[in-house]
Amino acid sequence: MKKIISLVLAVLLVVTCFTACGNTDKDGSTDTNTNTKTIKIGGTGPLTGGAAIYGNAAKNGAQIAVDEINALGGIKFELNYQDDVNDAEKTVTAYNTLKDWGMQIFLGSVTSKPAVATSAESNSDNIFFLTPSASATDVLGGVENPLTGSVEIDRKNNVFQMCFVDPNQGAASAQYIFDKKLGEKIAVIYKNDDVYSTGIYNSFAPKAKELGLNVVSVTTFTDDTSTDFSVQIADAKDKGADLVFLPMYYEAAAMIFTQANNAGYTPKYFGVDGMDGILTLDGFDTKLAEGVMLLTPFNADSEDESIKKFVATYKEKFGETPNQFAADAYDCIYAIYNMLKDESVDSKTSASDICDILVKKITADSFKLDGLTGESMSWDATGAVSKYPKGMIIKNGAYVGLD
Amino acid sequence: MGKRKISKNTRQSFITYGVVIAAYILLTVLASTGALSSTFKGLLVPVCAYIIAAISLNLTVGVLGELSLGHAGFMSVGAFSGATVAIALKDSVPSEWVRLLIAVIVGAFFAAIFGFIVGIPVLRLRGDYLAIVTLAFGEIIKTIVTNLYIGKDASGMHIGFLDGDILERGGKMILNGPNGISGITKISTFTSGFIIIMICLIIIFNLVNSRSGRAIMALRDNRIAAESVGINITKYKLMAFVISASMAGAAGALYALGQNTVTANKFDFNTSILILVFVVLGGLGNMLGSVISATVLYVLPETWLRQFSDYRMLIYAVVLIAVMLVTNNSKIRALVSRLIPGKNKDKEDEKNV
Repeated sequence: MKKIISLVLAVLLVVTCFTACGNTDKDGSTDTNTNTKTIKIGGTGPLTGGAAIYGNAAKNGAQIAVDEINALGGIKFELNYQDDVNDAEKTVTAYNTLKDWGMQIFLGSVTSKPAVATSAESNSDNIFFLTPSASATDVLGGVENPLTGSVEIDRKNNVFQMCFVDPNQGAASAQYIFDKKLGEKIAVIYKNDDVYSTGIYNSFAPKAKELGLNVVSVTTFTDDTSTDFSVQIADAKDKGADLVFLPMYYEAAAMIFTQANNAGYTPKYFGVDGMDGILTLDGFDTKLAEGVMLLTPFNADSEDESIKKFVATYKEKFGETPNQFAADAYDCIYAIYNMLKDESVDSKTSASDICDILVKKITADSFKLDGLTGESMSWDATGAVSKYPKGMIIKNGAYVGLD
Repeated sequence: MGKRKISKNTRQSFITYGVVIAAYILLTVLASTGALSSTFKGLLVPVCAYIIAAISLNLTVGVLGELSLGHAGFMSVGAFSGATVAIALKDSVPSEWVRLLIAVIVGAFFAAIFGFIVGIPVLRLRGDYLAIVTLAFGEIIKTIVTNLYIGKDASGMHIGFLDGDILERGGKMILNGPNGISGITKISTFTSGFIIIMICLIIIFNLVNSRSGRAIMALRDNRIAAESVGINITKYKLMAFVISASMAGAAGALYALGQNTVTANKFDFNTSILILVFVVLGGLGNMLGSVISATVLYVLPETWLRQFSDYRMLIYAVVLIAVMLVTNNSKIRALVSRLIPGKNKDKEDEKNV
């Protein structure tokens, strides 16, 4: 009996301990002030699990913007991020939880697959959806499948993206490699169970063909095989590729750099925006990333005043260098702020009314946003953002502009 | 006397039906009066799907006594075949109910075929070996679906493997490789989920109380003894396994048609284990236990535990361990049965089974 009692007590202790943690965390991050001018903004992202780095970055970036705006006076925001574990099923529950909380504007989901689900949900509820980083075309809807030319998912009129849409990145990368004559023989390694990676590859491949790039090796990996790249690296090496295109997130890329280096293979590498963040990865030897080129909208080492300020605040608050996800989320909040600051909306305005206002404003020709991830960014009815990627190269452990 | 004689199995099954029906009526009333939050409303269909998956796995694990770690694979087969059919028939079958019915039947049918194909070689194995092979089966299904492309154009349906370029201009992709199926029209409803749960429960209880069911349980309790009295091992094992697989397929179809998008990654090893956890916590062979544990363990981390933010899944794990320890502790069980007088004897009987 004693054992049981002590067990129950131990469990209780653990639970109360974490209750305390949870509560302080909550109090620290959200504004409990119930001002009538306070607009409730919700978002879902992977705050726990394998993709947590992206969800937390977006959450933190958005929080910085919210804190800055609340300090300005006038319209105030309250931010609530719910965990979706990067799962299309859990994200709907997270979205419904936010709806019960009284969310008026939705920052969307951080990752692509959950965003496909939540964008459909928010479309039927008519809640404004502006995702920082979900780049798949299925999120927006209304985009033609390049293989068939038909639209498989209808355009969701309330949905907008802050990041580049996948096909643009793939085609832009092919164009960039061609224009700058970066490689004679090109190898591609991509993750074929991932929407982001396949989306980029599927638009890279036709463009590369059209431009006459010499792609000598195309190999794939999946979530389960993302720790051993010896086969892919050997294939690229044997075919004599001098440039390896890596449309993937940086954890896998870091593995490839390390393993290729061990195998004595040192080609040039070209990445996309998911590569951003590789320099801050724990335990990664940044020397291996030397000379890696990537297309990204955000550069944490930029001399730009607003970026410097953002990076400093982020470092001070969260103890790490922000990546592109954080910057995108920061820009999302400011986009919403710029659209709403002159409107007479308050905590009682319905989500649907706010959505109508925001959709009208964001697609207007006059609306331009200067943010961390681009200058004079604008949106049209397709929901995709129009901004230019910056070509970056890693030199001495820092990003340097390529041009 | 007479009452006690029919009781045991029959009473157990009627209690299960009663609880499920009561829960359905209660939730329907709550939903119609608007007392149910959006969160709960959104959880209803997935919960139904997981309940069906749990009771079907309970048939394999609890009644047949074989450990299967690839149950999500059967759900996957049902989900993708069912959803593909539902999307393909969208224009020709306007009624949502009929479309859902066809999808669920197709999902169950394909899962049954896979259950049969996998079952023939696999059921020759026992214990750990069977578990490992079913685990591999789940992974194989996941990899196949990840590389499978199904589309529809003017000349009909096309299937491609590894290569997505299978359609003429103007065709529509249904299953798009790693992107899975997007743009599903949600046609699963709570009522349809409830009906499928009831059908599955009726099938399972009637099977268990039948001649075949007794043969299956005899195999579980002592294979050699069962064989010596002339029970055809392969036949009865396969029977239980295929029925279990087809129900999982129905669960998969119901699940997929209640989501906006499904990918093959959803039905991985973790999902199989999750369903197994529902079954083990609910009690092997105890269908009502599976229904309750699937509901509680699915709803808990999504609702009440959200207040713990980052520590949510940690607390969930602690809860799982605590429940496992508490329900397996004979002293606590004795305490509970003392607290509920009258039920004392039955409870003890059940536990000794």
